[in-house]
Amino acid sequence: MRAGVITFPGSNCDRDAAVALAAAGAKVVPLWHADTELPKLDLIVLPGGFAHGDYLRCGAIAARAPVMSEVIRRAAAGVAVLGICNGFQVLAEAGLVPGAVISNAGLKFICRPVDLEVVSTDCAFTAGYGQGQTIRLPIAHHDGNYVCGEDDLRRLEDEDRVAFRYVDNPNGSLAAIAGVLGTGRNVLGLMPHPERAADPKLGGTDGAAMFRALVETLG
Amino acid sequence: MSPSEPAITPDLIAEYGLSDEEYARIVEILGREPNLLELGIFSVMWSEHCSYKSSRHWLKQLPTEAPWVVCGPGENAGVVDVGGGMVAVFKIESHNHPSFIEPYQGAATGVGGILRDVFTMGARPIALLDSLRFGGPGHPRTRHLVDGVVAGIAGYGNCVGVPTVGGETTFHPAYDGNILVNVMCVGLAEKDQIFYARAAGPGNPVVYVGAKTGRDGIHGATMASAEFSDATEARRPTVQVGDPFTEKLLLEACLELMATDAIVAIQDMGAAGLTSSSFEMAARGGVGIEMDLDRVPTREPGMTPYEMMLSESQERMLLVLHQGAEDVARAVFAKWELDCVTFGRVTDSGAVELRFRGEQVARIPVAPVAGAAPVYQRPHVRSPPPPPLVAEDVNAPLDHRSALVRLLGSPDLAAKRWIFEQYDHMVMADTVARPGGDAAVVRIHGSNRGLAMTTDCTPRYCQAEPRLGGMQAVCEAWRNLCAVGARPLAVTDCLNFGSPENPVVMGQFVGCIEGMAAACRGLDFPVVSGNVSFYNETDGRSILPTPTIGGLGVIDDLDRMVGLAYCDEGLALVLIGETFGWLGSTLYLREVCGREDGGPPPIDLPIERLNGEVVRLAIEEGLVAACHDLSDGGLYVALAEMALASGIGADLTLPESCDSVAGWLFGEDQSRYLLAVALDRLPDLLDRAASAGVLARRVGTTGGVALTLGGGDAISLAELAEIHGGWLPAYMDVSRNEPS
Repeated sequence: MRAGVITFPGSNCDRDAAVALAAAGAKVVPLWHADTELPKLDLIVLPGGFAHGDYLRCGAIAARAPVMSEVIRRAAAGVAVLGICNGFQVLAEAGLVPGAVISNAGLKFICRPVDLEVVSTDCAFTAGYGQGQTIRLPIAHHDGNYVCGEDDLRRLEDEDRVAFRYVDNPNGSLAAIAGVLGTGRNVLGLMPHPERAADPKLGGTDGAAMFRALVETLG
Repeated sequence: MSPSEPAITPDLIAEYGLSDEEYARIVEILGREPNLLELGIFSVMWSEHCSYKSSRHWLKQLPTEAPWVVCGPGENAGVVDVGGGMVAVFKIESHNHPSFIEPYQGAATGVGGILRDVFTMGARPIALLDSLRFGGPGHPRTRHLVDGVVAGIAGYGNCVGVPTVGGETTFHPAYDGNILVNVMCVGLAEKDQIFYARAAGPGNPVVYVGAKTGRDGIHGATMASAEFSDATEARRPTVQVGDPFTEKLLLEACLELMATDAIVAIQDMGAAGLTSSSFEMAARGGVGIEMDLDRVPTREPGMTPYEMMLSESQERMLLVLHQGAEDVARAVFAKWELDCVTFGRVTDSGAVELRFRGEQVARIPVAPVAGAAPVYQRPHVRSPPPPPLVAEDVNAPLDHRSALVRLLGSPDLAAKRWIFEQYDHMVMADTVARPGGDAAVVRIHGSNRGLAMTTDCTPRYCQAEPRLGGMQAVCEAWRNLCAVGARPLAVTDCLNFGSPENPVVMGQFVGCIEGMAAACRGLDFPVVSGNVSFYNETDGRSILPTPTIGGLGVIDDLDRMVGLAYCDEGLALVLIGETFGWLGSTLYLREVCGREDGGPPPIDLPIERLNGEVVRLAIEEGLVAACHDLSDGGLYVALAEMALASGIGADLTLPESCDSVAGWLFGEDQSRYLLAVALDRLPDLLDRAASAGVLARRVGTTGGVALTLGGGDAISLAELAEIHGGWLPAYMDVSRNEPS
């Protein structure tokens, strides 16, 4: 499985994602925000961080980076795309997942492990979990409060596109949504960090199951 | 220069913080009167902040060498060999004055500055720690300062993507008018890839990279060298504004360029910006530098040479490149969308020469400015040691159970989760011991080895008896490293004091240095970098003497690391070290008895060293399930902290005879550790301690859901957790505190 990890100016979890993917058996290809052509890839990861300093709006400038035209094209062609934290914000700004991610209800940055309910297992990202399973992943964000319109929310629920929900909503997200799928189920916007829970030394391995499932499903 | 430039009068010289003697020396060095730009340059270079003129004489006492020290004080940061071909590069620095005036930006740029000090040496920063001292919780400004400082640290560190893994936060009215924000950064580099700030090679290009220069922070270093008064508000414009996004780009660009062989020397433009970076680089290399200020990238038109040379705009670096390497540098910085401008060259003139609009606007010989700054041996008086305090004479106003509850809910001991959850302490995915333990541990990427790090100081000890206080700060750092199983290597120090012109303050400084020097020698724990922050006083009221110690150690096998959580019932609790029941200057005395008297606990350095080594070796041998050093609040508090971290209770057995139970439970005798040990390992552990001559005795057993004393006096962990965790969030909850 070939996974591309994009580095935007200000990305800071690109190395972490690459390490977790490689540990799961993926071949990792570094990508640069200014790239206009991409090699053949099975998965594209938009990592966490503060792309372009989160200036203007989180993810807004990165969503218009040269590489994103190709990401949007690949996503339409069925390539798996995973946006983690800041990457989720970029996906929302690029329209690959519905809704937007705004400032936490408490207006503070929150870094801690949280419990998540696996809601939908009908995608490559969650194939390694059981439906309704509780997993624990760290969050680390100031802007993780997911919002969308009523119609969007109804569609998300009706189409089983809520991938994860917070067990104890830390940031005010609508319907406690922590991760949403795009219409083709091949794009996941995910606020928590699975790459930070992929090594027993770091206090948990629940995130490793996501990368293993991706390698098995897409490999 | 501008025709409207003010004349250099005695008043102006005084306003620039220069004494008459210093001015006379300037005239002697130049062989003429300085112009305003030159006066400004001398003013910052000879400020206390940049020149260490009051401290230098005393700092020489500190040991700085050991076989594992690669680079001691004098460079941008200290460097120690951590094995495996790697070095740790680390330093702590204060940003006290700016953080009091503008807490968010002051703290944020403190983080930015120390990050640059580390990556300018070729190291990738892997961890940040913050030692924060605020005023009393009841002071009207404290909440605002806590909120701003924490948000500033978070806003900067989180964005750059370096985890903030540890530190300390305490409160005392002595800091009401001068908070302390001390930030430590640790970086990693390959041993043969360290970069120094030593300009060399006449003709080599001098290059400016990073953010543009603006009119912010002019004379920040001078501000940090004067005490506060009611006029401090007017100094707000001297606080710089940080841009962590640019810092992240600068970090990546510098490390990328360092992977080529383009760089001769590199230094960040920190305090006193372009002035100090150019003078210091030239001085270290024994060369001159000429710079064409017309080429400095500026944020706005019309900036004068004076403004450019004294601006403290952030996220800028000064480079000396090899000739012909400019294209390589330009390509790297263009990729990261940063300015990279050749605006000068190295010369053999021995002077810094500045040109602007075709004219020479300053020419100052380097050696006398940077190397021969004034050194003062200011008068100092030693405060007499406080009368001893006998534990039996202390009336215990509360029963032991209530005293424990009071201590765990006191501002200094209350959980700091509200703070460290605002810091991304996990980014880089190598944080193996998170905030809240004795020392944070960050893995050396790609290995099973780790660096342990901590910041420590007990200012009330330093106030009561400076020499012991300085010694204790070093010992506590050492102990915190030993407690996780790390081999302590070296320290960085951040010496925060009042005005050196006050002989009492100077006496505190001299005493603390002596104590630190003795401890560093006794523990083979040298000082490799540091910073002095004087003038932490407002309207004549000085802070408590606060020599913050940042300690660094290495763990060779992370599988052997321990924390303070014991994770199991039925383990033996073993107390290492001797308990006399020392109550003088303790937290118990202050928080429970409402007294701040008595001298601090004495320290026997050979015992300190022996106890620490026995604990570390026992951890390395896998004999220890959990470990916690005993500090504020003594044994009972240490046990409560272990139980809270574990979610498992414990019973503590009182000794058969003891003069003061309060002293035994809450005394702060030094050089002690509390260990949780599996019963089958207990004989081995006790044997080892006995054969090393270390006092070790079993004091209890883990288990249950409460803390008990000899089976009685139960306090449920749930109650303790609420008290311990509740204070800070309640204090910071604006909705509960704002008048409606």
